Amino acid sequence: MSERILMKGNEAVGEAAVRAGCRLYFGYPITPASEIAEYMAYRLPQVGGTFIQAESELAASNMVYGAAAAGKYAMTASSSPGISLMQEALSYMAGAEVPGLFVDAVRGGPGLGDIQAAQSDYFQLTKGGGHGDYHLIVFAPYTIQEVINIMPIAFETAFKYRNPVVIAIDGLIGQMMEAVEFPYFVNPDEVPLPNWALSGKFRHGYKKNVNTSLELDPEKLEAINWRLQAKYHEIEEKEPRYDYVGVEAPETLVVAYGTVARVTMSALKKMLAEGKSIGLFRPITIWPFPGKALAQKAVNAKRIVVLEMSAGQMIEDVKLNVFDPNKEYEFHGHPGGTTFTPSEIEQILRG
Amino acid sequence: MTRNLVVAGFGGQGVMLLGQILALAATEKQLNATWLPSYGPEQRGGTANCTVVISDEEIGSPVVDKPMYTIIMNNPSMEKFEKMVEPNGTVILNSTLITMEPKRTDVNYLKVPANELAEQAGSQRSANMVMLGVIGWLWKDIFTLEELEQAMVEKVGDKRPQLVETNKKAIELGYEFAKNII
Repeated sequence: MSERILMKGNEAVGEAAVRAGCRLYFGYPITPASEIAEYMAYRLPQVGGTFIQAESELAASNMVYGAAAAGKYAMTASSSPGISLMQEALSYMAGAEVPGLFVDAVRGGPGLGDIQAAQSDYFQLTKGGGHGDYHLIVFAPYTIQEVINIMPIAFETAFKYRNPVVIAIDGLIGQMMEAVEFPYFVNPDEVPLPNWALSGKFRHGYKKNVNTSLELDPEKLEAINWRLQAKYHEIEEKEPRYDYVGVEAPETLVVAYGTVARVTMSALKKMLAEGKSIGLFRPITIWPFPGKALAQKAVNAKRIVVLEMSAGQMIEDVKLNVFDPNKEYEFHGHPGGTTFTPSEIEQILRG
Repeated sequence: MTRNLVVAGFGGQGVMLLGQILALAATEKQLNATWLPSYGPEQRGGTANCTVVISDEEIGSPVVDKPMYTIIMNNPSMEKFEKMVEPNGTVILNSTLITMEPKRTDVNYLKVPANELAEQAGSQRSANMVMLGVIGWLWKDIFTLEELEQAMVEKVGDKRPQLVETNKKAIELGYEFAKNII
Protein backbone atom coordinates (compact mmCIF):
# COMPACT_ATOMS: atom_id res chain seq x y z
CA MET A 1 0.00 0.00 0.00
CA SER A 2 1.54 3.26 -1.08
CA GLU A 3 1.41 6.41 0.95
CA ARG A 4 -1.08 9.17 0.22
CA ILE A 5 0.51 12.56 -0.26
CA LEU A 6 -0.64 16.05 -1.15
CA MET A 7 0.93 16.88 -4.47
CA LYS A 8 0.72 19.48 -7.23
CA GLY A 9 -0.54 18.15 -10.56
CA ASN A 10 2.53 19.10 -12.58
CA GLU A 11 4.85 17.52 -10.01
CA ALA A 12 2.70 14.40 -10.01
CA VAL A 13 3.16 14.19 -13.81
CA GLY A 14 6.92 14.11 -13.25
CA GLU A 15 6.84 11.65 -10.37
CA ALA A 16 4.45 9.35 -12.23
CA ALA A 17 6.75 9.34 -15.28
CA VAL A 18 9.77 8.47 -13.12
CA ARG A 19 7.83 5.66 -11.47
CA ALA A 20 6.61 4.43 -14.85
CA GLY A 21 10.25 3.93 -15.82
CA CYS A 22 11.08 7.14 -17.69
CA ARG A 23 14.64 8.39 -17.13
CA LEU A 24 14.93 10.81 -20.06
CA TYR A 25 13.32 14.23 -20.08
CA PHE A 26 13.91 17.00 -22.58
CA GLY A 27 12.12 20.23 -21.86
CA TYR A 28 11.61 23.86 -22.61
CA PRO A 29 9.65 25.94 -20.09
CA ILE A 30 6.20 27.41 -20.68
CA THR A 31 3.36 28.30 -18.32
CA PRO A 32 1.40 26.35 -17.13
CA ALA A 33 3.65 23.30 -17.73
CA SER A 34 6.99 24.56 -16.41
CA GLU A 35 6.86 22.76 -13.06
CA ILE A 36 6.97 19.43 -14.90
CA ALA A 37 10.46 20.30 -16.21
CA GLU A 38 11.40 21.84 -12.88
CA TYR A 39 10.42 18.68 -11.02
CA MET A 40 12.27 16.44 -13.48
CA ALA A 41 15.41 18.59 -13.19
CA TYR A 42 15.29 17.89 -9.45
CA ARG A 43 14.11 14.28 -9.55
CA LEU A 44 15.89 12.60 -12.48
CA PRO A 45 19.45 13.00 -11.13
CA GLN A 46 18.31 11.16 -7.97
CA VAL A 47 17.45 8.06 -10.01
CA GLY A 48 20.31 8.16 -12.50
CA GLY A 49 18.21 9.79 -15.21
CA THR A 50 18.98 12.63 -17.60
CA PHE A 51 17.29 16.01 -17.74
CA ILE A 52 18.14 18.38 -20.54
CA GLN A 53 16.83 21.90 -20.83
CA ALA A 54 16.69 22.28 -24.59
CA GLU A 55 17.18 25.55 -26.48
CA SER A 56 13.66 25.42 -27.93
CA GLU A 57 10.56 23.27 -28.25
CA LEU A 58 11.82 22.08 -31.64
CA ALA A 59 15.00 20.85 -30.03
CA ALA A 60 13.24 19.28 -27.05
CA SER A 61 10.78 17.33 -29.20
CA ASN A 62 13.49 16.08 -31.55
CA MET A 63 15.60 15.03 -28.55
CA VAL A 64 12.64 12.87 -27.50
CA TYR A 65 12.59 11.47 -31.06
CA GLY A 66 16.29 10.59 -30.84
CA ALA A 67 16.18 9.12 -27.35
CA ALA A 68 13.05 7.10 -28.05
CA ALA A 69 14.58 5.78 -31.31
CA ALA A 70 17.16 4.16 -29.03
CA GLY A 71 14.30 2.20 -27.49
CA LYS A 72 13.99 4.07 -24.17
CA TYR A 73 11.09 5.75 -22.43
CA ALA A 74 11.54 9.46 -23.17
CA MET A 75 9.27 12.45 -22.72
CA THR A 76 8.73 16.16 -22.85
CA ALA A 77 5.95 18.47 -21.71
CA SER A 78 4.75 21.81 -22.95
CA SER A 79 1.64 23.89 -23.41
CA SER A 80 -0.38 24.70 -26.51
CA PRO A 81 1.93 27.18 -28.35
CA GLY A 82 4.88 24.95 -27.52
CA ILE A 83 3.02 21.84 -28.68
CA SER A 84 2.36 23.61 -31.99
CA LEU A 85 6.12 23.97 -32.39
CA MET A 86 6.53 20.23 -31.75
CA GLN A 87 4.22 19.12 -34.57
CA GLU A 88 7.09 18.47 -36.96
CA ALA A 89 8.73 16.02 -34.57
CA LEU A 90 5.39 14.36 -33.85
CA SER A 91 4.74 13.81 -37.57
CA TYR A 92 8.26 12.43 -38.08
CA MET A 93 7.92 10.12 -35.08
CA ALA A 94 4.55 8.86 -36.30
CA GLY A 95 6.07 8.26 -39.75
CA ALA A 96 9.16 6.56 -38.38
CA GLU A 97 7.08 4.69 -35.79
CA VAL A 98 8.99 5.96 -32.79
CA PRO A 99 7.10 5.99 -29.47
CA GLY A 100 7.43 8.87 -27.02
CA LEU A 101 5.39 10.74 -24.47
CA PHE A 102 4.27 14.35 -24.84
CA VAL A 103 2.31 16.11 -22.11
CA ASP A 104 0.21 19.08 -23.25
CA ALA A 105 -1.01 21.39 -20.49
CA VAL A 106 -3.55 23.01 -22.79
CA ARG A 107 -3.96 26.79 -22.46
CA GLY A 108 -6.20 29.37 -24.10
CA GLY A 109 -5.52 30.14 -27.77
CA PRO A 110 -5.20 30.78 -30.64
CA GLY A 111 -1.70 32.19 -30.95
CA LEU A 112 0.03 33.04 -27.71
CA GLY A 113 -3.42 33.25 -26.09
CA ASP A 114 -3.32 33.20 -22.31
CA ILE A 115 -2.09 30.82 -19.61
CA GLN A 116 -5.41 29.61 -18.19
CA ALA A 117 -6.96 26.15 -18.57
CA ALA A 118 -8.49 25.30 -21.97
CA GLN A 119 -9.38 22.38 -24.24
CA SER A 120 -8.99 24.07 -27.60
CA ASP A 121 -6.13 21.80 -28.74
CA TYR A 122 -8.59 18.95 -29.33
CA PHE A 123 -8.50 19.23 -33.13
CA GLN A 124 -4.73 19.56 -33.20
CA LEU A 125 -4.19 16.58 -30.91
CA THR A 126 -6.81 14.18 -32.26
CA LYS A 127 -6.86 14.97 -35.97
CA GLY A 128 -3.11 15.22 -36.43
CA GLY A 129 -1.60 18.70 -36.09
CA GLY A 130 1.40 17.90 -38.27
CA HIS A 131 1.53 16.82 -41.91
CA GLY A 132 0.65 13.42 -43.29
CA ASP A 133 -1.89 10.69 -42.53
CA TYR A 134 -1.19 9.88 -38.92
CA HIS A 135 -2.76 9.79 -35.48
CA LEU A 136 -1.50 10.37 -31.98
CA ILE A 137 -2.90 8.36 -29.09
CA VAL A 138 -4.32 10.97 -26.71
CA PHE A 139 -5.28 10.47 -23.06
CA ALA A 140 -7.29 13.17 -21.29
CA PRO A 141 -7.36 12.43 -17.55
CA TYR A 142 -9.67 14.44 -15.29
CA THR A 143 -7.98 14.24 -11.87
CA ILE A 144 -4.37 14.18 -10.71
CA GLN A 145 -4.87 10.58 -9.56
CA GLU A 146 -6.03 9.62 -13.03
CA VAL A 147 -2.92 11.27 -14.53
CA ILE A 148 -0.88 9.01 -12.24
CA ASN A 149 -2.88 5.90 -13.09
CA ILE A 150 -2.60 6.53 -16.83
CA MET A 151 1.15 7.25 -16.96
CA PRO A 152 2.45 3.64 -17.14
CA ILE A 153 -0.35 2.75 -19.58
CA ALA A 154 0.65 5.72 -21.74
CA PHE A 155 4.26 4.54 -22.06
CA GLU A 156 3.24 0.91 -22.59
CA THR A 157 0.71 1.87 -25.26
CA ALA A 158 3.26 4.09 -27.03
CA PHE A 159 5.73 1.20 -27.19
CA LYS A 160 3.14 -1.43 -28.01
CA TYR A 161 2.07 0.47 -31.13
CA ARG A 162 5.35 2.34 -31.76
CA ASN A 163 3.47 5.61 -31.82
CA PRO A 164 3.76 8.94 -29.99
CA VAL A 165 1.30 9.36 -27.12
CA VAL A 166 -0.03 12.60 -25.65
CA ILE A 167 -1.43 13.14 -22.17
CA ALA A 168 -3.60 16.25 -22.41
CA ILE A 169 -4.09 18.11 -19.15
CA ASP A 170 -4.59 21.81 -18.48
CA GLY A 171 -3.35 24.51 -16.15
CA LEU A 172 -6.02 23.70 -13.61
CA ILE A 173 -4.94 20.07 -13.24
CA GLY A 174 -1.29 21.13 -13.38
CA GLN A 175 -1.48 23.89 -10.78
CA MET A 176 -3.87 22.35 -8.26
CA MET A 177 -2.86 20.05 -5.40
CA GLU A 178 -4.65 16.89 -4.42
CA ALA A 179 -4.24 13.92 -2.09
CA VAL A 180 -2.82 11.18 -4.34
CA GLU A 181 -0.95 7.89 -4.27
CA PHE A 182 1.49 6.18 -6.62
CA PRO A 183 0.66 2.48 -6.70
CA TYR A 184 3.62 1.39 -8.88
CA PHE A 185 7.37 1.71 -9.41
CA VAL A 186 8.75 0.28 -12.67
CA ASN A 187 12.45 -0.50 -12.80
CA PRO A 188 13.61 0.82 -16.20
CA ASP A 189 16.25 -1.92 -16.40
CA GLU A 190 13.42 -4.43 -16.54
CA VAL A 191 11.76 -2.76 -19.53
CA PRO A 192 13.02 -4.90 -22.44
CA LEU A 193 14.84 -3.11 -25.25
CA PRO A 194 12.62 -3.42 -28.35
CA ASN A 195 14.09 -5.22 -31.37
CA TRP A 196 13.67 -2.10 -33.52
CA ALA A 197 15.78 0.06 -31.20
CA LEU A 198 18.85 1.83 -32.53
CA SER A 199 20.94 0.45 -29.71
CA GLY A 200 24.36 1.08 -31.25
CA LYS A 201 25.21 -2.55 -30.57
CA PHE A 202 24.91 -4.04 -34.05
CA ARG A 203 28.68 -4.63 -34.24
CA HIS A 204 28.30 -6.89 -31.22
CA GLY A 205 25.93 -9.32 -32.88
CA TYR A 206 22.73 -7.29 -32.56
CA LYS A 207 20.49 -6.68 -35.53
CA LYS A 208 21.26 -3.57 -37.55
CA ASN A 209 18.21 -1.30 -37.55
CA VAL A 210 17.36 1.63 -39.75
CA ASN A 211 14.82 4.17 -38.62
CA THR A 212 13.44 6.79 -40.95
CA SER A 213 10.23 8.43 -42.11
CA LEU A 214 11.70 8.98 -45.59
CA GLU A 215 10.63 6.76 -48.49
CA LEU A 216 11.06 8.31 -51.93
CA ASP A 217 9.43 5.47 -53.85
CA PRO A 218 5.74 6.49 -53.85
CA GLU A 219 4.46 2.94 -54.19
CA LYS A 220 6.48 1.83 -51.20
CA LEU A 221 5.32 4.89 -49.26
CA GLU A 222 1.71 4.08 -50.11
CA ALA A 223 2.23 0.55 -48.77
CA ILE A 224 3.76 2.00 -45.59
CA ASN A 225 0.77 4.30 -45.22
CA TRP A 226 -1.70 1.42 -45.56
CA ARG A 227 0.25 -0.50 -42.95
CA LEU A 228 0.09 2.53 -40.63
CA GLN A 229 -3.64 2.85 -41.26
CA ALA A 230 -4.13 -0.79 -40.33
CA LYS A 231 -2.31 -0.06 -37.08
CA TYR A 232 -4.52 2.99 -36.37
CA HIS A 233 -7.57 0.86 -37.11
CA GLU A 234 -6.39 -1.73 -34.59
CA ILE A 235 -5.87 1.04 -32.01
CA GLU A 236 -9.39 2.33 -32.68
CA GLU A 237 -10.72 -1.18 -32.06
CA LYS A 238 -8.73 -2.00 -28.94
CA GLU A 239 -7.71 1.13 -27.10
CA PRO A 240 -10.70 3.50 -26.59
CA ARG A 241 -11.22 4.23 -22.91
CA TYR A 242 -14.10 6.00 -21.23
CA ASP A 243 -15.95 6.36 -17.99
CA TYR A 244 -19.68 6.62 -17.49
CA VAL A 245 -21.60 7.81 -14.43
CA GLY A 246 -25.38 7.86 -14.50
CA VAL A 247 -28.51 5.87 -15.13
CA GLU A 248 -28.68 3.17 -17.78
CA ALA A 249 -29.92 4.66 -21.11
CA PRO A 250 -30.49 8.24 -19.87
CA GLU A 251 -32.77 10.83 -21.45
CA THR A 252 -30.10 13.50 -21.07
CA LEU A 253 -26.58 12.43 -21.95
CA VAL A 254 -23.76 14.80 -21.07
CA VAL A 255 -20.43 14.41 -22.88
CA ALA A 256 -17.36 16.08 -21.40
CA TYR A 257 -13.72 15.20 -20.72
CA GLY A 258 -10.88 16.38 -18.51
CA THR A 259 -11.47 19.30 -16.16
CA VAL A 260 -14.94 20.02 -17.56
CA ALA A 261 -16.05 16.47 -16.74
CA ARG A 262 -14.80 16.88 -13.21
CA VAL A 263 -16.62 20.17 -12.68
CA THR A 264 -19.73 18.47 -14.09
CA MET A 265 -19.57 15.68 -11.48
CA SER A 266 -20.89 17.92 -8.68
CA ALA A 267 -24.08 18.93 -10.51
CA LEU A 268 -24.50 15.42 -11.95
CA LYS A 269 -24.45 13.70 -8.56
CA LYS A 270 -26.98 16.19 -7.23
CA MET A 271 -29.36 15.48 -10.13
CA LEU A 272 -28.88 11.71 -9.94
CA ALA A 273 -29.80 11.86 -6.27
CA GLU A 274 -33.02 13.61 -7.32
CA GLY A 275 -33.78 10.67 -9.62
CA LYS A 276 -33.22 12.51 -12.92
CA SER A 277 -32.62 10.45 -16.06
CA ILE A 278 -29.13 11.72 -16.77
CA GLY A 279 -25.60 10.45 -17.28
CA LEU A 280 -22.08 11.73 -17.97
CA PHE A 281 -20.07 10.04 -20.69
CA ARG A 282 -16.42 10.93 -20.23
CA PRO A 283 -13.90 9.97 -22.92
CA ILE A 284 -10.57 9.11 -21.26
CA THR A 285 -8.93 8.67 -24.66
CA ILE A 286 -9.96 11.44 -27.05
CA TRP A 287 -8.15 9.55 -29.83
CA PRO A 288 -9.11 6.80 -30.27
CA PHE A 289 -12.52 8.32 -29.54
CA PRO A 290 -14.80 5.85 -27.68
CA GLY A 291 -17.51 6.34 -30.29
CA LYS A 292 -19.14 2.90 -30.18
CA ALA A 293 -19.63 3.06 -26.41
CA LEU A 294 -20.96 6.59 -26.72
CA ALA A 295 -23.47 5.56 -29.39
CA GLN A 296 -24.74 2.76 -27.11
CA LYS A 297 -25.21 5.14 -24.16
CA ALA A 298 -26.99 7.62 -26.44
CA VAL A 299 -29.60 5.17 -27.75
CA ASN A 300 -32.48 6.52 -25.65
CA ALA A 301 -31.16 10.03 -25.16
CA LYS A 302 -33.37 12.82 -26.45
CA ARG A 303 -30.92 15.51 -25.46
CA ILE A 304 -27.15 15.33 -25.83
CA VAL A 305 -25.25 18.08 -24.04
CA VAL A 306 -21.60 18.61 -24.97
CA LEU A 307 -19.49 20.77 -22.68
CA GLU A 308 -15.99 21.87 -23.65
CA MET A 309 -13.52 24.58 -22.76
CA SER A 310 -13.34 25.44 -26.45
CA ALA A 311 -15.69 26.83 -29.07
CA GLY A 312 -16.83 23.29 -29.92
CA GLN A 313 -14.38 20.67 -31.17
CA MET A 314 -15.18 17.29 -29.60
CA ILE A 315 -18.85 17.83 -30.49
CA GLU A 316 -17.94 16.92 -34.09
CA ASP A 317 -16.85 13.45 -32.95
CA VAL A 318 -19.95 13.15 -30.79
CA LYS A 319 -22.25 13.84 -33.75
CA LEU A 320 -20.19 11.64 -36.08
CA ASN A 321 -20.53 8.68 -33.74
CA VAL A 322 -24.08 9.09 -32.46
CA PHE A 323 -25.18 9.79 -36.03
CA ASP A 324 -28.82 10.52 -35.28
CA PRO A 325 -30.18 13.81 -36.63
CA ASN A 326 -33.39 13.40 -34.62
CA LYS A 327 -31.65 13.98 -31.32
CA GLU A 328 -31.25 17.42 -29.83
CA TYR A 329 -27.59 18.44 -29.66
CA GLU A 330 -26.69 21.22 -27.29
CA PHE A 331 -23.26 22.76 -27.02
CA HIS A 332 -21.90 25.00 -24.28
CA GLY A 333 -18.34 26.20 -24.45
CA HIS A 334 -15.74 28.38 -22.80
CA PRO A 335 -13.03 29.27 -25.30
CA GLY A 336 -10.06 31.35 -24.26
CA GLY A 337 -9.17 30.14 -20.78
CA THR A 338 -12.31 30.68 -18.69
CA THR A 339 -13.69 27.69 -16.78
CA PHE A 340 -17.20 26.41 -16.18
CA THR A 341 -18.45 26.77 -12.63
CA PRO A 342 -20.50 24.06 -10.92
CA SER A 343 -23.58 26.35 -10.69
CA GLU A 344 -23.36 27.20 -14.36
CA ILE A 345 -23.27 23.53 -15.32
CA GLU A 346 -26.16 22.74 -12.99
CA GLN A 347 -28.20 25.48 -14.69
CA ILE A 348 -27.31 24.12 -18.14
CA LEU A 349 -28.21 20.55 -17.22
CA ARG A 350 -31.53 21.54 -15.69
CA GLY A 351 -32.27 23.14 -19.09
CA MET B 1 -18.98 15.41 5.02
CA THR B 2 -17.78 17.93 2.46
CA ARG B 3 -16.44 21.40 3.27
CA ASN B 4 -15.19 24.06 0.96
CA LEU B 5 -13.41 27.31 1.58
CA VAL B 6 -12.07 30.20 -0.44
CA VAL B 7 -9.14 32.16 1.01
CA ALA B 8 -8.49 35.54 -0.59
CA GLY B 9 -6.15 38.45 0.03
CA PHE B 10 -3.04 40.28 -1.15
CA GLY B 11 -0.19 38.27 -2.61
CA GLY B 12 2.25 37.97 0.30
CA GLN B 13 -0.39 37.57 3.01
CA GLY B 14 0.03 33.82 2.91
CA VAL B 15 -3.43 32.92 1.62
CA MET B 16 -2.03 30.13 -0.56
CA LEU B 17 -0.09 28.67 2.36
CA LEU B 18 -3.13 28.76 4.63
CA GLY B 19 -5.11 26.73 2.10
CA GLN B 20 -2.27 24.27 1.56
CA ILE B 21 -1.94 23.62 5.29
CA LEU B 22 -5.64 22.75 5.51
CA ALA B 23 -5.40 20.46 2.47
CA LEU B 24 -2.30 18.82 3.95
CA ALA B 25 -3.98 18.31 7.34
CA ALA B 26 -6.90 16.65 5.56
CA THR B 27 -4.59 14.40 3.53
CA GLU B 28 -2.85 13.26 6.72
CA LYS B 29 -6.25 12.34 8.14
CA GLN B 30 -6.91 10.10 5.10
CA LEU B 31 -9.56 12.51 3.87
CA ASN B 32 -9.72 13.67 0.26
CA ALA B 33 -8.55 17.20 -0.40
CA THR B 34 -8.09 19.53 -3.34
CA TRP B 35 -6.29 22.87 -3.32
CA LEU B 36 -6.84 25.09 -6.32
CA PRO B 37 -4.87 28.33 -6.67
CA SER B 38 -5.72 31.32 -8.76
CA TYR B 39 -2.69 31.57 -10.97
CA GLY B 40 -1.55 34.08 -13.50
CA PRO B 41 0.94 36.89 -13.86
CA GLU B 42 0.52 37.65 -10.16
CA GLN B 43 2.89 39.30 -7.75
CA ARG B 44 3.33 40.59 -4.21
CA GLY B 45 0.67 43.23 -3.61
CA GLY B 46 -1.71 41.84 -6.26
CA THR B 47 -4.71 39.76 -5.28
CA ALA B 48 -4.44 36.03 -4.77
CA ASN B 49 -6.90 33.36 -3.78
CA CYS B 50 -7.22 29.64 -3.41
CA THR B 51 -10.06 27.16 -3.04
CA VAL B 52 -9.89 24.17 -0.72
CA VAL B 53 -12.30 21.24 -0.77
CA ILE B 54 -12.15 18.59 1.93
CA SER B 55 -14.34 15.51 1.91
CA ASP B 56 -14.63 11.92 3.09
CA GLU B 57 -16.10 11.16 -0.35
CA GLU B 58 -14.60 11.47 -3.81
CA ILE B 59 -14.30 15.17 -4.61
CA GLY B 60 -16.24 16.39 -7.64
CA SER B 61 -15.46 19.89 -8.76
CA PRO B 62 -12.34 21.51 -7.26
CA VAL B 63 -13.80 24.75 -8.67
CA VAL B 64 -16.25 26.30 -6.22
CA ASP B 65 -18.32 29.35 -7.15
CA LYS B 66 -20.51 29.46 -4.03
CA PRO B 67 -18.19 28.68 -1.12
CA MET B 68 -19.57 27.62 2.27
CA TYR B 69 -16.71 29.44 3.99
CA THR B 70 -14.49 32.34 2.96
CA ILE B 71 -11.52 33.94 4.65
CA ILE B 72 -11.10 37.47 3.34
CA MET B 73 -7.91 39.33 4.13
CA ASN B 74 -8.32 42.72 2.40
CA ASN B 75 -10.77 45.19 0.81
CA PRO B 76 -10.30 44.21 -2.86
CA SER B 77 -11.03 40.57 -1.97
CA MET B 78 -14.07 41.65 0.06
CA GLU B 79 -15.36 43.38 -3.06
CA LYS B 80 -14.92 40.23 -5.12
CA PHE B 81 -15.81 37.37 -2.78
CA GLU B 82 -18.42 38.64 -0.31
CA LYS B 83 -21.15 38.30 -2.95
CA MET B 84 -20.14 34.74 -3.90
CA VAL B 85 -20.65 33.12 -0.51
CA GLU B 86 -23.46 30.58 -0.32
CA PRO B 87 -26.55 31.76 1.59
CA ASN B 88 -26.10 30.87 5.30
CA GLY B 89 -22.38 30.61 4.61
CA THR B 90 -19.66 32.13 6.76
CA VAL B 91 -17.44 35.10 5.95
CA ILE B 92 -14.36 35.37 8.13
CA LEU B 93 -12.93 38.81 7.55
CA ASN B 94 -9.72 40.46 8.63
CA SER B 95 -11.11 43.46 10.51
CA THR B 96 -7.63 44.99 10.93
CA LEU B 97 -7.42 45.75 7.21
CA ILE B 98 -10.99 45.60 5.91
CA THR B 99 -12.77 48.94 6.20
CA MET B 100 -15.71 48.05 3.98
CA GLU B 101 -19.01 47.45 5.72
CA PRO B 102 -20.53 44.00 5.25
CA LYS B 103 -23.39 44.18 2.73
CA ARG B 104 -25.28 40.92 3.11
CA THR B 105 -27.92 39.83 5.58
CA ASP B 106 -28.02 36.14 4.61
CA VAL B 107 -24.51 35.15 5.65
CA ASN B 108 -22.67 35.00 8.98
CA TYR B 109 -19.81 37.44 9.48
CA LEU B 110 -16.93 36.77 11.78
CA LYS B 111 -14.74 39.83 12.26
CA VAL B 112 -11.25 38.82 13.30
CA PRO B 113 -8.52 41.41 13.98
CA ALA B 114 -6.03 39.06 12.36
CA ASN B 115 -3.05 41.42 12.05
CA GLU B 116 -3.41 42.64 15.64
CA LEU B 117 -3.59 39.11 17.01
CA ALA B 118 -0.65 38.12 14.83
CA GLU B 119 1.33 41.03 16.23
CA GLN B 120 0.61 39.71 19.71
CA ALA B 121 1.93 36.34 18.58
CA GLY B 122 5.13 37.96 17.43
CA SER B 123 4.71 38.98 13.79
CA GLN B 124 2.02 40.57 11.63
CA ARG B 125 3.07 38.14 8.92
CA SER B 126 1.31 35.39 10.84
CA ALA B 127 -2.14 36.92 10.26
CA ASN B 128 -2.88 33.96 7.99
CA MET B 129 -2.12 31.58 10.87
CA VAL B 130 -4.59 33.46 13.09
CA MET B 131 -7.20 32.72 10.43
CA LEU B 132 -6.11 29.08 10.34
CA GLY B 133 -6.81 28.97 14.07
CA VAL B 134 -10.27 30.49 13.52
CA ILE B 135 -11.17 27.90 10.89
CA GLY B 136 -9.71 25.28 13.23
CA TRP B 137 -12.32 26.19 15.83
CA LEU B 138 -15.13 26.25 13.23
CA TRP B 139 -14.02 22.87 11.85
CA LYS B 140 -13.19 21.28 15.19
CA ASP B 141 -15.34 18.34 14.15
CA ILE B 142 -12.68 17.56 11.52
CA PHE B 143 -9.34 18.68 12.94
CA THR B 144 -7.80 19.05 16.35
CA LEU B 145 -5.67 22.10 17.02
CA GLU B 146 -2.63 19.81 17.23
CA GLU B 147 -3.34 18.34 13.78
CA LEU B 148 -3.43 21.80 12.21
CA GLU B 149 -0.24 22.81 14.01
CA GLN B 150 1.43 19.61 12.87
CA ALA B 151 0.48 20.32 9.24
CA MET B 152 1.82 23.87 9.62
CA VAL B 153 5.14 22.56 10.97
CA GLU B 154 5.37 20.10 8.08
CA LYS B 155 4.73 22.85 5.56
CA VAL B 156 6.96 25.65 6.89
CA GLY B 157 9.23 23.90 9.40
CA ASP B 158 12.05 22.94 7.02
CA LYS B 159 12.24 26.22 5.18
CA ARG B 160 11.62 28.64 8.04
CA PRO B 161 12.01 26.92 11.42
CA GLN B 162 12.20 30.34 13.12
CA LEU B 163 8.53 30.95 12.22
CA VAL B 164 7.17 27.79 13.82
CA GLU B 165 6.77 29.16 17.34
CA THR B 166 5.19 32.46 16.21
CA ASN B 167 2.85 30.57 13.89
CA LYS B 168 1.78 28.16 16.62
CA LYS B 169 1.03 31.06 18.92
CA ALA B 170 -0.93 32.81 16.15
CA ILE B 171 -2.96 29.65 15.44
CA GLU B 172 -3.77 29.34 19.14
CA LEU B 173 -4.76 33.02 19.43
CA GLY B 174 -7.11 32.64 16.44
CA TYR B 175 -8.57 29.45 17.90
CA GLU B 176 -9.19 31.10 21.29
CA PHE B 177 -10.62 34.23 19.66
CA ALA B 178 -13.15 32.19 17.67
CA LYS B 179 -14.04 30.11 20.72
CA ASN B 180 -14.79 33.26 22.72
CA ILE B 181 -16.93 35.07 20.15
CA ILE B 182 -18.98 32.12 18.88
